[in-house]
Amino acid sequence: MVSIRKLHQQLIQKERSAVEIAQEALDTIQKLEPKLHSFITVTAERALEQAKQVDTRIAAGEEIGLLAGIPVGVKDNLCTQGIRTTCASHILENFIPPYESTVTQKLADAGAVIVGKTNLDEFAMGGSTETSAIQQTANPWNLKRVPGGSSGGSAAAVAGGECVVSLGSDTGGSIRQPASFCGIVGMKPTYGLVSRYGLVAFASSLDQIGPFARTVEDVAILLGEIAGHDPKDSTSLNVEIPDYTRYLVPDLKGKKVGVIQETFGEGLDPEVEKAVRVAIAQLKDLGAEIQEISCPRFRYGIAAYYIIAPSEASANLARYDGVKYGMRIEDADNLIDMYTRTRAQGFGPEVKRRIMIGTYALSAGYYDAYYLKAQKVRTLIKQDFEKAFEKVDVLVCPTAPTTAFKAGDKSADPLSMYLVDLMTIPVNLAGLPGMSLPCGFDSSGMPVGLQIIGNVLREDQVFQVGYAYEQATDWHRRSPKLK
Amino acid sequence: MVTAAPAKTEYEAVIGLETHVQLKTNTKIFCNCATTFGGTPNTQVCPVCMGMPGVLPVLNQKVLEYAVKAGLALNCEIAPYSKFDRKQYFYPDLPKDYQISQYDLPIAQHGWLEIELVNKETGEARRKRIGITRLHMEEDAGKLVHGGSDRLAGSTYSLVDFNRTGVPLAEIVSEPDMRSGQEAAEYAQELRRILRYLGVSDGNMQEGSLRCDVNISVRPVGQKEFGTKVEIKNMNSFNAIQRAIEYEIERQIEAIAAGERIIQETRLWEENSQRTVSMRSKEGSSDYRYFPEPDLGPIEVSPEQLAAWKAELPELPYQKRQRYESELGLSAYDARVLTDDRAMAEYFEATVAAGAPAKPAANWLMGDISAYLNSNSNVSITSLPLKPSELAELTNLIESGTISNKIAKDILPELLEKGGSPKALIEAKGLIQISDTSVIETAIAEVLAAHPKELEQYRNGKTKMLGFFVGQVMKKTGGRADPKLTNQLLAQKLNE
Repeated sequence: MVSIRKLHQQLIQKERSAVEIAQEALDTIQKLEPKLHSFITVTAERALEQAKQVDTRIAAGEEIGLLAGIPVGVKDNLCTQGIRTTCASHILENFIPPYESTVTQKLADAGAVIVGKTNLDEFAMGGSTETSAIQQTANPWNLKRVPGGSSGGSAAAVAGGECVVSLGSDTGGSIRQPASFCGIVGMKPTYGLVSRYGLVAFASSLDQIGPFARTVEDVAILLGEIAGHDPKDSTSLNVEIPDYTRYLVPDLKGKKVGVIQETFGEGLDPEVEKAVRVAIAQLKDLGAEIQEISCPRFRYGIAAYYIIAPSEASANLARYDGVKYGMRIEDADNLIDMYTRTRAQGFGPEVKRRIMIGTYALSAGYYDAYYLKAQKVRTLIKQDFEKAFEKVDVLVCPTAPTTAFKAGDKSADPLSMYLVDLMTIPVNLAGLPGMSLPCGFDSSGMPVGLQIIGNVLREDQVFQVGYAYEQATDWHRRSPKLK
Repeated sequence: MVTAAPAKTEYEAVIGLETHVQLKTNTKIFCNCATTFGGTPNTQVCPVCMGMPGVLPVLNQKVLEYAVKAGLALNCEIAPYSKFDRKQYFYPDLPKDYQISQYDLPIAQHGWLEIELVNKETGEARRKRIGITRLHMEEDAGKLVHGGSDRLAGSTYSLVDFNRTGVPLAEIVSEPDMRSGQEAAEYAQELRRILRYLGVSDGNMQEGSLRCDVNISVRPVGQKEFGTKVEIKNMNSFNAIQRAIEYEIERQIEAIAAGERIIQETRLWEENSQRTVSMRSKEGSSDYRYFPEPDLGPIEVSPEQLAAWKAELPELPYQKRQRYESELGLSAYDARVLTDDRAMAEYFEATVAAGAPAKPAANWLMGDISAYLNSNSNVSITSLPLKPSELAELTNLIESGTISNKIAKDILPELLEKGGSPKALIEAKGLIQISDTSVIETAIAEVLAAHPKELEQYRNGKTKMLGFFVGQVMKKTGGRADPKLTNQLLAQKLNE
């Protein structure tokens, strides 16, 4: 199985060139895209150019970083200068940013090779990547199933081997849930750990960028590269970023692991429950102390989230009005006509639904009943976590209540789609780090994900527990049979 | 049918001002673009102030400093913890379609400023405190240029210039404490004076760096409830504020007297026709769907920071006015004129500090020197070649009788242009006043000898001729004879 470290060794020992690695990724993309549709834009020329630069540096005897020459996929809501950034929406279908997001700049500085921009739910609003206005991404494990969402393209691309690692964004589970559905590792870091500059905003107080990879180690390497304070983002934390790979030790002795009781109730697929229970037993075998933990307000997470996120989104998406960039209808009679018809045609149904929910929740007379109340619930959920972390080092639970469902199964029923994020949303509301990693398969061969949640800025604990589990199991070694 | 006229109802106006002031920072409130006025459209822009997807605001700390200083100077309480909010409305000059502003936790609240209404004849002042409800920070919008019309409605196309987008503003809201156009105009002027003293704003109304909206209603005297208020916009000078209010008071009283209902609306002041015209109805207030700006953290001002900024505040206009009256014995009128501009006040204070008596120094500055500055726009009080110490020297030469007031006025143009020591100048020009009795007596003797006819007339009772003789003595001495002494000696000689 490919990994960052393996490729890095091959590069510095000159067994393979960065151009060869990039070309291989581009070939895989060309072969699999008719089936997977993970990428909205493939940046082949630029990727080869970046790879060539890495080769030049290697040839000149320069020391290269771990990410140099590594093929990376980038979710198409991260702005890339000179490369179209669509957010999988008609309204930005031809938008080419004149600026670079901080994370993609960091990738470029590290010599990473960006192979393309990956598909997502329109403006990252959805849990299956089906709300994309551009294309439908398939799950590499079963092409009839969804890859999860909203970062479905980034997850499918890594699972399918189209790139080694990728970046996604997670507002309510949009990295962890598709990682779970596609059988790979995905992490949403502590809110503020990674700069949001250049991430097209969905819900500003919840959005975080994070990595996808096949292994915990690769996630740790990529996170270490993109994390850190950014003066362009006032919400980015000014903290030292440790070398996360230092915490990759397969030892759980004395580690206190809490199991969130409330996640094992109604609505949980029995096969998912079984896989997660087995995983918890394995953690115990590895030396962890397992405790049942109650987070009583956990279950109000979805309700609070679907007030807060749409409220922020309704303001964040107001700027797509046809005045400055993006789509504008041609034959407007007047200003209001231009606004309404541009937005009516430019946005898909899920985006419109959330704009309307948010606009309603913030309206005079409703603000206190909805937005303010949701913020109070958010505080209560945070308190549940704070109490839990007085007792344990990490919390575990299923990442999603089910495995990947069939395309079209939930797209007609928004509410059932919203419930997909039941177990991931509270982590965003509390701003905590959370990681999903493979912990088994259901009887239909679809991957199951285990979620590990850490306290604020305790990514180290999450990595340690995740790595120990991964080393003791071989779920991550399995690949979908696509070729 | 004729009926006895009912007793006329007396009305009073209730007036409050909402003032938007551009804060004089080099860069915009949330990005590093320049704030210079008048640049080529859309050349002072970046992805942040153009509201591109994915960009984030970062607060310019200078804006916070200026807002806090303005709040302190307006006697406000400064919030130790405040925040920004999003004010949402769609308009093409607002790139994000929301404005980052402050809603329920403004940086400053509950202050006041004191206005002074001076009677020019008596020099007496009436003082009044006008409450400041709040001061908050926000970003300015862009500028629309309409083709085919001066408004959006009716235009065939509209262009937008984002140079002004994101220029920092302080919005300052007064209590409805004013009762006349004069009070409102005085409030606006005092506000501008304070902001200019602080150096936080130019307050240039023509360039739009100070914009006043007036809220005004009228009610019968004695009534507690407010009448229906009307907002007036588009006043480009303090004078226009006063006239717009005076017009509006009259319009509202006439309407009520005629049994009409006042409509809650926004009206525009038309400078050409000197009247207000209806712009839009305001009934049913708009819903801006404010909520806390998630892209910016809370604004915290520590007690240490607050104390440091407080210590940097200059003496403010009203404090100077009080001091000039109580310590320097100037009239309220003089104090007000001298303190209108901080640089002028500082020049005056430096002159007094260099030993000049206050009143004569004030007179020179308010009279000849101000007139000179007004007619020479390229010279300002700070660049004036005549330094305060030199003006002090000039006033002391007069006080000591070394030169007459007239001589001083004669040499002033040269001093204003070149500066330098007045004493050296009069010595070089031989203009020192003659106070030697014998010299003046000789001149008098010669004059009297040369004008026997006039002397005859005087002695026959035409005492008005005294002026003639004074003039002749002055002529003879090249204007240098001490006028007081000359008068005295002449009177003695003539009456011998």
